[in-house]
Amino acid sequence: MKVLVAVKRVIDYAVKIRVKADKTGVEMNNVKMSMNPFCEIALEEALRFREAGKASEVVVVSMGGPQCVETLRTGLAMGADRAIHVSTEIPLYPLAVAKLLRAVAANEQPQILLLGKQAIDDDANQTGQMVAGLLKWPQATFASKVYFGDKNDVTVEREVDGGLETLRLQLPAVITTDLRLNEPRYATLPNIMKAKKKTISKLTPEELKVEIKPDFKILEVVDPPKRKGGVMVGSVDELVDKLKNEAHVI
Amino acid sequence: MKSVWKSSGLEARFRFLMTGSRMIEQSRVLAHFCGNRNLMKAEESRVPLPEGSVSPRAQSLPAASHIVPQSDPRHACFFHIRRYGSAPGHSRVVKDRRFAELKDVDIAHFRQILGDKGVVVDSDELKVANTDWMNKYEGHSQLLLRPRTTQQVSEILQYCYAGRLAVVPQGGNTGLVGGSVPVFDEVILNLGAMNKILNFDEASGILVCEAGCILESLDNYVGSRGYVMPLDLGAKGSCQIGGNVSTNAGGLRLLRYGSLHGNVLGLEVVLADGTVLDLLGTLRKDNTGYDLKQLFIGGEGTLGVVTKVSIITPPKLASTNVAFLACEDYVSCQKTFAQAKLQLGEILSAFEFLDRYALDVVLKHLDGTRDPLPDSKQHFYLLVETTGSNQLHDKEKLDAFLESAIEQGLITDGAVAQDISQAASFWKVREGVAEAMGKGGAVYKYDLSIPLKDLYTLVEDMRSRLKDSATVVGYGHMGDGNLHLNIMAPKYDNELLAQIEPYVYEWTAAAKGSISAEHGLGFMKAKAIHYSKSTAAVQVMEGFKKLLDPRGILNPYKVLPSPSESHVISEAT
Repeated sequence: MKVLVAVKRVIDYAVKIRVKADKTGVEMNNVKMSMNPFCEIALEEALRFREAGKASEVVVVSMGGPQCVETLRTGLAMGADRAIHVSTEIPLYPLAVAKLLRAVAANEQPQILLLGKQAIDDDANQTGQMVAGLLKWPQATFASKVYFGDKNDVTVEREVDGGLETLRLQLPAVITTDLRLNEPRYATLPNIMKAKKKTISKLTPEELKVEIKPDFKILEVVDPPKRKGGVMVGSVDELVDKLKNEAHVI
Repeated sequence: MKSVWKSSGLEARFRFLMTGSRMIEQSRVLAHFCGNRNLMKAEESRVPLPEGSVSPRAQSLPAASHIVPQSDPRHACFFHIRRYGSAPGHSRVVKDRRFAELKDVDIAHFRQILGDKGVVVDSDELKVANTDWMNKYEGHSQLLLRPRTTQQVSEILQYCYAGRLAVVPQGGNTGLVGGSVPVFDEVILNLGAMNKILNFDEASGILVCEAGCILESLDNYVGSRGYVMPLDLGAKGSCQIGGNVSTNAGGLRLLRYGSLHGNVLGLEVVLADGTVLDLLGTLRKDNTGYDLKQLFIGGEGTLGVVTKVSIITPPKLASTNVAFLACEDYVSCQKTFAQAKLQLGEILSAFEFLDRYALDVVLKHLDGTRDPLPDSKQHFYLLVETTGSNQLHDKEKLDAFLESAIEQGLITDGAVAQDISQAASFWKVREGVAEAMGKGGAVYKYDLSIPLKDLYTLVEDMRSRLKDSATVVGYGHMGDGNLHLNIMAPKYDNELLAQIEPYVYEWTAAAKGSISAEHGLGFMKAKAIHYSKSTAAVQVMEGFKKLLDPRGILNPYKVLPSPSESHVISEAT
């Protein structure tokens, strides 16, 4: 069984984000980039499937400019067998990524498509759900546990607002991963060395016959307003007055 | 004990204060006059342990503890082992009689200088300030002062100098040799309230700040402006720059940025008599006269109190890589270091090592640590860090180095951090060793500079010497030739200590190393300087001490063998 894992290159989780002075976006120059933490968890899960004998091949895919290759190399260094780079300079948003993933999945025919539940730069939490819809595959998002069944199915425990929900899905299926699913492994030297010899195949949206139009345009990126200090009120009447006339909430 | 003295009649002339080298000289005299070994033991046991004290704390007398008087039991022994401090470890240090006792009128005077907030007499707060980070030394000062300006420090010291009140300058109190806490009841002068950043020149990276600034805060401040502090140590969240300077702290990045002797551009120091010495230059080069600030860097608060620091900070470079490597033996570690220097060159920024025992202790006792190489159970681990301006270039160099290291069999396995969080977790393993050690019971810590090829031999020697009585752990800044030898035992034990000291110091001296690479001498090694410095050198140091602090009020009983001892011994002869 083949597992396809989609990974995204984002600003490192530990970096303090700064908004650019011209408000067109966040500062990306000289800023450390890494694999999205949830994508790392997805890849780790795929590798565990392979180690448990449930999967035979783990393929990792990423989309964007040439720097994606770095992230794919990390994936290979963790232990993925092969990588695919969908190369494009057009800014990609979830729907476009989902369309491209559908095309890649059609070529690769994986039984499981694993993604992180969301990327830490846009926090969109849309790609997994969209690609499942496009592929017409069952989906289980925010997975915190995955078990294999014996009838070509998987059982997934999901973290939802009310607690845990358990779903059983027929394969092929889309699963997006949440934080508690696993702790990703470190990239160790033997694997890093092997990774150099693994293939990273390159595709373009044209080759995949997917047309990408930016869905929307970013007008402005600003810092959230600084938190203002609280105010002590002298009486209940004063509180009601402020709520009514200043905060306009009643 | 008193009756023994009186009958002997020699009390007035023999007042034995044990110091390392003097003890060796005096030992023959001692052996001749001091009779009965049993008598000696009776002395010690008769001195009562105060209630509630943990027994016995570690002592640090070299040679002395080995002196076994052998001769004629007819002669009585006249040790004057009177304990003034409450910690048993002070049993052989005698309080200098020339210091004044703190009086209410003194406290009132300080209140006038500092206001009520700056004067602390609360017993809980005092207990904290009186105890060192390792919980090994405890003084009992009755007064903690918190000045906010240099002027206040000057007035305090002026007063203390005039009245012969002993003073302990204190910063973050994270030192590991008992240098930042009182031995008896010295007044604690804590600089923590002087924590303003005075100036930062973004073009040159020169930072001017007060001595009480916490290192991590400074690092964050300059970090947001594109620079880093030139030193980094595990205690960064608590230690203060004044203390770092006064102890010439080393740390994890000395390999790359050099020592504070090179990075400190200027100091403002208050001398023992209250004189404010303004050496606060901000120039990279200034060869006008003797470079006085060098005396205070590493002076451990015995020559003056640092109140302001001017330091140059290197630019913060974008690309950092951290690798955690496994080696089978120490020889491979050395060869890996040689390769690293060759192949990583200017981007190498840290080269640390820890042995299997250290790794086990950290994983066991420290929460949130993770074994970077769970599949490799090796004997030695290396943490290699590179810092540079070009990620691609650095990665290439690192890959080439790692490949050649594995091909040559120097390392058996390794992990490379893929993001900042992974890098931080590798560092946590190395930085957490000191803290984890403390949780396992009692720890005897030694910080030694040893020629690289012999660095680990001492660890192996100690291991076979102590066998099952203790766990011997070795780790440290291999890149600087600095071994941190830690010996863990269920509790502090004088017999165990006797097995460790002075063997460790003698071993190091024989290997032409230093008995204190970066921790300083403080109280713990105040009598051990002769293992690493010549008598002539110590005499010149004592000359400086007499010049800058004739009354010896600054941090007494520390760093150098006590001047009062030489004074008294000469009296006796």
